[in-house]
Amino acid sequence: MAAMFDHLLHNYEEAAAIALLSIGFCMLLFDRNLLKKVIGLDIMDSGVFLLLADRGFIAGGKAPIMAEAAAEAERYVNPIPAGLVLTGIVVSVSVSALMLALTVRVYQTYRTLDVDHLYMLMSHRRKGGRA
Amino acid sequence: MANSDSAFRRWLRGEVDLSAELRTAEMPAPPEEARYQPRHHTAMIHMIFRQSHRLYVALVAVLCAVLFTVLLLTAANLPAYGDGEAPTNNEVSERYVNQGVAETGAVNAVAGLILDYRAFDTLGESFVLFTALCAVTILMSRGRRKHPLPMETDYADYYADPIVHTMCKVIIPVILVFGVYVLVNGHLSPGGGFSGGAILSSALIIYAMVWGDERAHGAIRERAIRRTAALALGFYVVSKTYSFYTGANGLHSVISPGVPGRIFSAGLILPLNVAVGLVVCCTMYSFYMFFRRGEL
Repeated sequence: MAAMFDHLLHNYEEAAAIALLSIGFCMLLFDRNLLKKVIGLDIMDSGVFLLLADRGFIAGGKAPIMAEAAAEAERYVNPIPAGLVLTGIVVSVSVSALMLALTVRVYQTYRTLDVDHLYMLMSHRRKGGRA
Repeated sequence: MANSDSAFRRWLRGEVDLSAELRTAEMPAPPEEARYQPRHHTAMIHMIFRQSHRLYVALVAVLCAVLFTVLLLTAANLPAYGDGEAPTNNEVSERYVNQGVAETGAVNAVAGLILDYRAFDTLGESFVLFTALCAVTILMSRGRRKHPLPMETDYADYYADPIVHTMCKVIIPVILVFGVYVLVNGHLSPGGGFSGGAILSSALIIYAMVWGDERAHGAIRERAIRRTAALALGFYVVSKTYSFYTGANGLHSVISPGVPGRIFSAGLILPLNVAVGLVVCCTMYSFYMFFRRGEL
C-alpha cells in the first residue's frame, strides 16, 4: 500500500489528471446550472489531455522536431499523444460550441438555466402551455 | 442551490403555478382553460421525484467516489512517469521518429504524424469542426425567423477609445504575420494548421471586437468565410484522395517529400496545413460572431 502511494506521488501528474476528471464529472452531475455543466465537461476534457500528454513523455526527451535525419528514438518524446491531444482539443472545442449554442437556445426559450426550474417549465409546457 | 431546491420542492407539492412565467416572446399566452392542472400520473411522477432527489444525490456521490478511487488505483499501477520502456512508447512511435523524416519529409514529427501517416484522422477532425459550425449556424442564426432572438446590445465602444484603437492597429498585423508564420512553418517547427488558424482567427476576432460588428460584417463577408472553409475542406479531400490512391496502388505520385528542412518540402503537408488553418480560422471567427450577435 505504501509502495503504491509512493508510486502515485511519483506519478503525480496522472493523479492531477484524474483529480481534474473527477472534478469535472462531479460538476456535470451535481451542478444545477447548464452552463456550469458545460464547464464541467471542459474540465473533464483537460484532465484527459493531461493524462495523454503525460503518457507520451520520456525522461530526457526533446520535442520531436528532428534536427537531423535518422535520429534515435530515445532522444525524443513520443509524438503520438501530441497528435491525439490535438485531435481531442479540436473535438472538445466543437462539442463545447455546440452545447453552448443549445444552452443559448434553451435560455432564450425558458429564461432560465437551472435544470430543476427547466424541468418544471417544460412539464408545464407539455401540459398545454402552448395554446 | 438551496434556493432553487426549495422552489423545486414547493413545485413538487403543487404550490407553485408557473403558467405566467412561460409567456416568452415566442409563445403567446395560453387560454385560461389550458392552464396547468396536475393530473394523476404527474402527481405520481412528482412523488417519485420527491422521494428520489436525495437518493440521486447520494448515488451520484457514491458513483463519483468509486470512479475517483478506481482511477486513482489505476494511476498508481501505471508505469512510472517518463519511463521510456513503458508500453505506450512502442515500435509505432519509434517508426515515426526514426523514419518519419525520410518518409514524410517533415522535420516536425507531429506534423508528419497528423497530416501524413494519419491524415484521414485529421480530415475527420476538420469535418467535426465544419459540422459543429453548421450546427451552431442552424441553432444561433436569426435570419428568417419571425421573432428575432433578443440579443443584448450594451457593450463597450472600443473604437472610440484612442488607446485601444491605436494599439489594435499596431498589433493586428503582427498577429496576422505570426499566424501565417506558424501556419506555413508547421512542418519545420512547432505549430501547424490548428494553432496557426487559431492565431489568425484571434486577429479577426480582435478586429470585430474593436471596429464593431457592422464594419467587421462589411470587411469579412459571410459568403467569403463559408466559401473559404468549404474550399479548404474540398482541397483537403481531393489532394488526400490522390495521395491515398497512388500510395495504396503503388503508382507514381507527383508529390515528393523533397529536401527535409526546406520551406517547400514535405509534399502535401504544407498545403494541407494551410487548408486546415483556413478551416479553423473561419470556424473560430464564425463561432465568435454567432455567439456575439447571432449571425455572421
